[in-house]
Amino acid sequence: MSTTRIASLLSVGALALASLVSPARAEETVKVGVLHSLSGTMAISETSLRDVLLFTFDEINAKGGVLGKKIEPVVVDGASNWPLFAEKAKQLLEQDKVAVTFGCWTSVSRKSVLPVYEKNNGLLFYPVQYEGEEESKNVAYTAEAVNQQATPAVDYLLAQGVKKFYLLGSDYVYPQTTNLVLLEYLLSKGVPLENIGGGFRKDASGKIISAGKYTPFGHTDYQQIVAEIKQFSAGGSAAVVSTLNGDTNVPFFKEYAASGLTAETCPVVSFSISEDEFRGLPADKLVGQLGCWTYFQTLKSPANTKFVADFQAWLGKSTVPGIVKDGRVTCSPMVLSYDGVYLWKACVEKAGSFDVDKVREAWKSGVSFDGPGGKVTTQPNMHLTKNVFIGETKADGQFKILKAFDNVYGEPWLKGKFK
Amino acid sequence: MATSEKLEPPAPPSDATAAILVFAAVTMLVLPTLDAFGVIDHFTLNLWGKYLCYALLALSVDVLWGGTGLLSLGQGLFFALGGYMHGMYLMRMIGDQGQYHKPIPDFLVFLGWTELPAFWKPFEHFSFAMLMVFLLPGLIAGIFGWLAFRSRIKGVYFSILTQALTYAGALIFFRNNTLMGGNNGFTDFKLELGFALREPLTQRGLFIVTAAVLVGTILLLRWLQGTKFGLVQRAIRDGENRTLFSGYATPAFKLFIFVVAALIAAIGGALYVPQVGIINPSDMQTDKSLEAIVWVAVGGRGTIAGPILGAISVNLLKSYATRAMPDMWLILLGGLFLLVVLFLPGGLVSLPARLAPLWRKFRPTTSATV
Repeated sequence: MSTTRIASLLSVGALALASLVSPARAEETVKVGVLHSLSGTMAISETSLRDVLLFTFDEINAKGGVLGKKIEPVVVDGASNWPLFAEKAKQLLEQDKVAVTFGCWTSVSRKSVLPVYEKNNGLLFYPVQYEGEEESKNVAYTAEAVNQQATPAVDYLLAQGVKKFYLLGSDYVYPQTTNLVLLEYLLSKGVPLENIGGGFRKDASGKIISAGKYTPFGHTDYQQIVAEIKQFSAGGSAAVVSTLNGDTNVPFFKEYAASGLTAETCPVVSFSISEDEFRGLPADKLVGQLGCWTYFQTLKSPANTKFVADFQAWLGKSTVPGIVKDGRVTCSPMVLSYDGVYLWKACVEKAGSFDVDKVREAWKSGVSFDGPGGKVTTQPNMHLTKNVFIGETKADGQFKILKAFDNVYGEPWLKGKFK
Repeated sequence: MATSEKLEPPAPPSDATAAILVFAAVTMLVLPTLDAFGVIDHFTLNLWGKYLCYALLALSVDVLWGGTGLLSLGQGLFFALGGYMHGMYLMRMIGDQGQYHKPIPDFLVFLGWTELPAFWKPFEHFSFAMLMVFLLPGLIAGIFGWLAFRSRIKGVYFSILTQALTYAGALIFFRNNTLMGGNNGFTDFKLELGFALREPLTQRGLFIVTAAVLVGTILLLRWLQGTKFGLVQRAIRDGENRTLFSGYATPAFKLFIFVVAALIAAIGGALYVPQVGIINPSDMQTDKSLEAIVWVAVGGRGTIAGPILGAISVNLLKSYATRAMPDMWLILLGGLFLLVVLFLPGGLVSLPARLAPLWRKFRPTTSATV
């Protein structure tokens, strides 16, 4: 009894000592914010980004950190609640005074924190494909712009002899913008208007202001839409360009398969389904359908092999409460998060400072990193040059890579560009 | 009017008046002063501003639930509508400072509009926007309440209908074609009455206004409780049929209180938007309204202090826990709700009364054992 008591007293003493020592140690760290939804509807996607970020920080810290300082992550939960995202962003910048933040998935969460980053001159690394039409000096868009996903996918389909395109998406800003850009792009490539399906909405002057078919979030009844696609694709050489988001894909692809449509008769290229989404989607219903990202787990390169193996090893040892260890995969948003941390590190080292203005200058001057998806290079418009790949879904939820486009320049302002 | 005086309940204890005075002084004077002198940071004050807006929403829930026995699961709709009406003014005040540098809001440019839709035009006037903050939620509450109460819809059916109402609102506002910003809603506001929203001074002003509105609402509700109307309201809660058969047109009373509650929520929402900086349809989703029910339950329903205490304490805990334990906070919060429901049905406000006998029992025994 007495020995354990002494031991416990000693440990309390050690703790007290440690807490006295810790301020001195704190000087050797740099605070970095992680702002993702760990609960709520977006948690399934965003928790993976939290995990890969923590993995990256550990990897960098094991090699001595950034400018000799260890990364100290400040993880907060945005809880899929957009006003809470704004609150957490304020907390990270104004109270924790983080040097940089890695975060956000949905466009609305980015829009809600953007004024906070601009006001405090913070820096947010944003890793998920998005609609463009934005260029803030306080956001580093590692995300795919529309010309790094949608237009290469269409290029691929055109090369495959596809002549008719049906545009389908969830009703929010990303699908709406992507489809407007695609409409202009397809027209510029000589695809006639009647070969673009999903419908158009015109303003009083007859100008098209919206293209494609839209369904609300969580929509489940795709019978009518699939019937329309079947009719549209009846003559052959047609494809569906889908920007449907999240759970909605399950009823859509079930209905699609049930109607007799297949990847051979009318392929669907989806921009929101990566390897990670197949943890919640039935991959066997999507075999042969296409995806387009700047990374696939099946990429064969030493950097990717090492990345996948190291991430799995890290997961195995991780002590983060509630972390999912089984059936984990890597996907494009995760790799762009990973690349983002290394690019930030490279920019900080180039600038010799954590100061946001100096880091931004380093970003604008062009910094490269050889990531799991190949080389990525920063651009003056705060976006990223990267490789783009077209993949075909396999029954195990992985992709067979069909085509690669190298070093595609990220261009956020695309509306009105293709004439 | 002379008869109503006889019906008045005994005057509330004077310590309640003292509590309101202290609350008013702390929120309207002490916190802003501490902020001005840098004792608390701007973030903290801004956060408290948000809590006070939530307190207004909680009061709106409890006027109906604890006060009248009407469990509305849709008060978030009126909160968000109030926010949207004020938001429309704030969107107009962005001018051409948006991403596209056009004189109309960004999301309209994005939808292909080149000039402002007609219904947006009057919102460049602050006074019109403020009028609409009250008019639109009041009108919707009036029509819905008139239909529901006239049809004698009560209890759980009323709750389900209110939930459907806010859900319908969310669906309408999610549509891009509603021309209210769709899923993204409104954000990136710049100016309020010419003051830059990014300036701490503006935020401090908004905080003081919020606190003043909350104190005003408290006084209004206390006054209302003391009138004959308040008595009928409680009678409806405790036995609607008896009240009806005693000759009171209960639907009219309920309609009035439903509209009052909607207005309280709406003004809370209107104050919320410039302080939080975003309004979108997710605030109309049913879970947001349910959250407000939880605040009231935790704080203590049927009181004025309870909902305020609940809204502040739950959100304070949420702000703290989403930073301190991002993986576990839901479990912590859920556990707290269970504890309150199981062991403290009267909510946090009943805590002193519950602890008082324990304290009396505990005090002599300690001296005996030591």
